[in-house]
Amino acid sequence: MTEQHKDYQGAKFGMWLFLFTEILLFGGLFLLYSAYMHRYPEDFKEAGKALDVFIGGLNTVVLITSSLTMALSITALRRNEKGRCMAFLAFTVLCALAFLVNKFIEWSAKFGHGIFPGSPHLLEGPNGQGVFYSLYFAMTGLHGIHVCIGAALMIFVMVLIRRGRVTPENFGFLENAGLYWHVVDLVWIFLFPLFYLIA
Amino acid sequence: MSDAIERGKGHAQGQATPAPANFLESAPGREGITSWIFSTDHKRIGLLYLTLIMVMFITATILGLILRLKLMTPGNTLLAPQTYNATFTLHGVIMVFMVVIPSIPASFGNIFLPIQIGAEDVSFPRLNNFSWWLYVTGAVLALVSIFTGNGPPDTGWTFYVPFSERTTTNVSLAVIAVFILGFSSILTGLNFITTIHRLRAPGMTWRRLPLFVWSLYATGWIQVLATPILGITALLIFGERVLHLGLFDPGRGGDPLLYQHLFWIYSHPAVYIMILPAMGVISEVIPVFARKRIFGYKMIAFSSLAIAFAGSLVWAHHMFTSGMSDLAVLVFSFLTFVVAIPSAIKVFNWLSTLYKGSISLEPPLLYALGFIFMFSVGGLTGLVLGSAGTNIHVHDTYFVVAHFHYVIFGGTGLGMFSAMHFWFPKIFGRMYDKKQAMRSFWVILVGMNVLYFPMFILGLQGMPRRYYDYLPQYATGQFISTVGSWILALGMGLMFLNLWAGIRRGRPVGMNPWGGATLEWTLSSPPPPGNFLEEPVVDKGPYEYAGVRADD
Amino acid sequence: MTEHSDERAGEHASHPLGYGFLTAIWAALMVLTAVTITVAQIDLGFWNVVVALSIASTKALLVIFFFMHLKYESRGLKWCVFLAFLILAICIGFTFFDVAYRPMGVA
Repeated sequence: MTEQHKDYQGAKFGMWLFLFTEILLFGGLFLLYSAYMHRYPEDFKEAGKALDVFIGGLNTVVLITSSLTMALSITALRRNEKGRCMAFLAFTVLCALAFLVNKFIEWSAKFGHGIFPGSPHLLEGPNGQGVFYSLYFAMTGLHGIHVCIGAALMIFVMVLIRRGRVTPENFGFLENAGLYWHVVDLVWIFLFPLFYLIA
Repeated sequence: MSDAIERGKGHAQGQATPAPANFLESAPGREGITSWIFSTDHKRIGLLYLTLIMVMFITATILGLILRLKLMTPGNTLLAPQTYNATFTLHGVIMVFMVVIPSIPASFGNIFLPIQIGAEDVSFPRLNNFSWWLYVTGAVLALVSIFTGNGPPDTGWTFYVPFSERTTTNVSLAVIAVFILGFSSILTGLNFITTIHRLRAPGMTWRRLPLFVWSLYATGWIQVLATPILGITALLIFGERVLHLGLFDPGRGGDPLLYQHLFWIYSHPAVYIMILPAMGVISEVIPVFARKRIFGYKMIAFSSLAIAFAGSLVWAHHMFTSGMSDLAVLVFSFLTFVVAIPSAIKVFNWLSTLYKGSISLEPPLLYALGFIFMFSVGGLTGLVLGSAGTNIHVHDTYFVVAHFHYVIFGGTGLGMFSAMHFWFPKIFGRMYDKKQAMRSFWVILVGMNVLYFPMFILGLQGMPRRYYDYLPQYATGQFISTVGSWILALGMGLMFLNLWAGIRRGRPVGMNPWGGATLEWTLSSPPPPGNFLEEPVVDKGPYEYAGVRADD
Repeated sequence: MTEHSDERAGEHASHPLGYGFLTAIWAALMVLTAVTITVAQIDLGFWNVVVALSIASTKALLVIFFFMHLKYESRGLKWCVFLAFLILAICIGFTFFDVAYRPMGVA
């Protein structure tokens, strides 16, 4: 919708409004998290111990770095350094993929240990731990979907830049894709301590 | 300005000009259905919405009539219990998500918001078309959910857990449909807010915005900020059923009340998505037919925003008897009274506008007055429900059903009908039979009250909502109510036939049949494709009638 | 649309942020990440959550104001962002009128 759109400020404003909906979409899950955290503080701590702080921390570093390269790519394009911009974007996409691979390893390990929503292992354990893991899979899963969308969006922007549809003068689409990616990062900034660090 | 209009008129009359004279006509070589369903013209999209909304409205009305017919007599008649459950669920889901929520904003909002602020179109025209397609997709999925799987959903439109997790009916598909419909609603709201911020014509300051635009602005914010919560709630129901998350399953440590919280965090503000645009329509109609500047412009605009904000603070008043904490009951009951204030401000301002106005009782005004009456009854009984003590007695009874039908049908419905009669000549360039419109109004008003008023009494006597059968002591009220449903259906039938006849062979009208002062009345009827031939420059408020003359 | 964009071509974005500045923000985010992981190893009881969320919020503010450029946007947009977070805070906060005060015989 945006690439033909000439009202730069309007397109950006519209994007921000869309991001509000993303924040509130996750907000519903954060609401559940906080209520259940209040109800099962001990179980949450106990369950959180099984999550690997190293992998979580690594993913945090990966996402924050990708956020940086995303921001850098906008500066690069506006300074008319198209090659550098493309490199930054490609690196951002790689970070997104690295994040997903990490997440995949983490999830598979959990599944291997019989930890998934409704698994017999969790059903035997305390209720609070089952709730914790259901929230973990729901929230990181929804976040993962957003990482995929973000990566696809960035590849799309790269195509538009190559075709000269996004240019140093008309960079609104790149900026909006960047805003989206930062929100993906933003959500993770909260998911990380809530799941990995509460133990 | 007047130059532009003259040229617009010339356009309309000149046969040789290749460009279509108005938005209803397609450019040569671009005719046919695709020129509509892929159109990015906000007026065409608005009409597309209006058409589908009316189709859905009639469908759900027929479901409602069937329900009333079943309830006319006690006992096992007409419908099997499971069919009855599915029917009231569908009636609710279609009415709420496919009719009332998009009703005025998606149809009349789309058509008139850009025109009223002097813009060529909305900010994101293609997104606008996409949101209509999302609406179609959601509606189709909802229809598919009726005929596939283990039968149509039987949960009621609220999809309450734990039942919605366990029922074998096709709830999963229905909540996905709700998710998509919500997304469509979000995109409409997003588009409107951006349009109002960015595309106002020169001179169209915030204080000169028509009140309809203000109400759409407030509605847009609710759509953007509240609907995502519905989205996640619908996804969670899906997750509970398909991925066995167990987040709301008490057997696994989940809390079903948190579902109710999430659901009402959206669905309470959603009633303001339903009513605010109707209030906006009333604020447009009343000054035109009182031929008087609206009383308390700033307060009406402000109260729209206040309702939108305060409306997001009161959701748990739907849950007084659910077993939530007493403190929450107290807090949410108190806050509910706060929302009544801005609504009352509006009613008083409308009445003050009528006071000593030179009133001409045309059909749109009549429907608007009907709105005020029905909305007042609905609003005041809302206070009975909002006050925690009385709520315990009438919770989940017919009293609730009566209350929200007074507000939503008597309010939003009549507001929608008022808008239809008000903007009809602008959209179609023709006039319906006014006398017939008035007659059908009275039949509708009588029908509504005969249908819904007995429900207040039934509710006070203890008749629970959604029950398949009832004790003999409720038989009289139920019978009267069903008779009312026939009167109402007759009235609406007359109204729709009259409007249809108006479209087909109504008398052609000029630019400004009612003598309105907002910008849409400066365009030819129907408006040309790009709205204004020259960007208008606004130098007066929307309700300054000096110098405005009706050309009817 | 063309008329509008001509008129509004003037209100274009401010100067792009420099590479060095953005990298400094990134470094700050990294330091905060290290801090939050370190603090999490110490048992502060209830305060663990408070500290973790404060640090996360600080990081979020850095991302929003600099990476997302909000610091350089109009005041209106800043208010809108504030409103969105306010509504979220109300949704979560008001739910605690129930959650925190419900007699917990059932659990």
